[in-house]
Amino acid sequence: MDFTLSEEHRLVQSTVREWATTRLLPRAAEMDRAGAYPREFIRELGEMGLTGVFTPEEYGGGGMDMVSYCIVIEEIARAEAALAAVLSVNNSLDCYPILAFGTEAQKRKYLPDLARGRTLGCYCLTEPAAGSDAASLRTAARRDGDGYVLNGTKVFVTNGVEADVLVVYARTGGEGPRGISAFIAERGDPGLRVGKIEHKLGIHASSTCEIVLQDCRLPRDRLLGEEGKGFTVAMATLDGGRIGIAAQALGIARAAMEDAIAYAKDRRQFGRPIAEFQATQWKIADMATRIHAGRLLMYRAAWIRDQGRRHSLEASIAKLFASETAMWAATQAVQIFGGYGYIQDYPVERHFRDAKITEIYEGTSEIQRLVIARHVLAAAERTLESPVEDCRPARTAHD
Amino acid sequence: MNVVVCVKHVPDTEAQVRLRADGRGVDESGLNFVLNYYDEHGVEEALRIKERLGGTVTLVTAGPARAVEGLRAGLAMGADAAVHIQDQVVAGLDHIGTARVLAAAIKPLPCDLVLCGKLATDDNAGIVGPALAEFLGLPQATAVTKLELGDGRRATAHREVEGAVETLEVRLPAVITVERGINEPRYPSLPGIMRAKRTAITVRRLADLGMSTPPTAHVELLQLAPPPKRQAGRRLEGEAAAVVGELIRALREEAKVL
Repeated sequence: MDFTLSEEHRLVQSTVREWATTRLLPRAAEMDRAGAYPREFIRELGEMGLTGVFTPEEYGGGGMDMVSYCIVIEEIARAEAALAAVLSVNNSLDCYPILAFGTEAQKRKYLPDLARGRTLGCYCLTEPAAGSDAASLRTAARRDGDGYVLNGTKVFVTNGVEADVLVVYARTGGEGPRGISAFIAERGDPGLRVGKIEHKLGIHASSTCEIVLQDCRLPRDRLLGEEGKGFTVAMATLDGGRIGIAAQALGIARAAMEDAIAYAKDRRQFGRPIAEFQATQWKIADMATRIHAGRLLMYRAAWIRDQGRRHSLEASIAKLFASETAMWAATQAVQIFGGYGYIQDYPVERHFRDAKITEIYEGTSEIQRLVIARHVLAAAERTLESPVEDCRPARTAHD
Repeated sequence: MNVVVCVKHVPDTEAQVRLRADGRGVDESGLNFVLNYYDEHGVEEALRIKERLGGTVTLVTAGPARAVEGLRAGLAMGADAAVHIQDQVVAGLDHIGTARVLAAAIKPLPCDLVLCGKLATDDNAGIVGPALAEFLGLPQATAVTKLELGDGRRATAHREVEGAVETLEVRLPAVITVERGINEPRYPSLPGIMRAKRTAITVRRLADLGMSTPPTAHVELLQLAPPPKRQAGRRLEGEAAAVVGELIRALREEAKVL
């Protein structure tokens, strides 16, 4: 067992950390207030290959593994969490399904631009009445000649306002998961428009909106994967996405901890820095412990995925633990800052607001527990030493 | 045009440096090392020359095993090849010795231009580049802020000197040391990192360079000492007129900044 990062992983880490510290961090507060990010950031990230970390080099991507992806997202989120969401969606939720389920022609058409940051992707699964119960989605895709006509409304679409390439889930058959198909829509497709733009608690700099499909006609070659297999595409995509959210959450948790440490060393009360009080030290110690634990869970889930093995359980465990760590660590950081933690002059109130979304999107904490419980309960009878290693039950509707 | 860039793997300038117990070096445990900042500018300049005129960019370093990470960082930026002079005597070399060793490694390489950083941020000496030019028998220009390569036989180098820009013309091949204003180094890209991983790094021992004995040291490092701790600030109180007089006296006589 070797827990050290490889030479290239360390180089990815130092490179992204350098970019995030010099370019992104100084703009973070301003981005949060403005609710937007500089568009040139996407170009810069694209030139570095960070918009297509695990997209193979032959499709214009970075050609790296999932561990590298975790490193990238954590470092970006440590500086500013909304841009990590933008990147995470483009990498995990757009490049990945096209790479894993797309035809060669679809890969050649979409991936090079997505991977180089020349276009941006989004993922349209959730609907007003279909959130955690994604299999109940109602957006309809009706066969029409040599194509499909889509009707419905998607909500909470990250990157929706700017996206050029949209992965959309719609119902081509009967009820339940088997009636769902995945499609690739493009900005400018007739009948596709951006609806209501949401005003969120956190990750302000990334856009979140409705995508309205009104008699949106897509040619047949926009079907992603087989007809009726869309739910498989969606769930396989979310497995990887969840590892990315774990990375984002850990970046936020680290930001909270690092900012709290700097403040605690500087802030003096009762004649000494508050870092010398045990009340502060224990909070910091617990933050560090949870962050270390979360990072091990994340790297392990990523490593299992890199081995080409099933990782739904490990992805859910990592995402659940990391996101709850982010929320908890941000809460502790605000407490350490006291009144200064509650005002916008200091960054921890932003971390506090940004952290919350990680417990909600790409599967709420409740859904992660549901996935984990199903796997663990199904495997309990044949568990010997490692319950995590050994449980490989058949896929369920929610994993 | 074939460009050779000399690079050094140095402690991150933001890292807290602790001295070794014997006081003759820094404690490297837990210390983060990076490509010398000025050398990054050298690599960037070489890459821009290659993009404009074609040719190759070869990195050369003399350093311990960990220095390979500095070479990989330069390769990830886009350099084509790297030579690592790795020999146990390298750690004991002074600046002149390092320049001799680098010169021996560069001599057999196809080379129209040698670029170095103006100095390395660990010891701030700025000796290796100029000494290297002497040992290679090449003309040199130091602390260059702009480099123009005309017909490939001559280069025009701009240097910022007190209140003016000095323009030099040098015959190529030449050794140029670069100042930070010369360009903005690019970040390594992920495809670059993957390519760097696949690039074989040539390891050379002193014997491979035709040096049977290490170069004689001219300088012996006796001791390193941490800089004195920063003094607390002093607040001058009283009437403005009196305080200003005292402030000027203190700035002139104590701080010696006026």
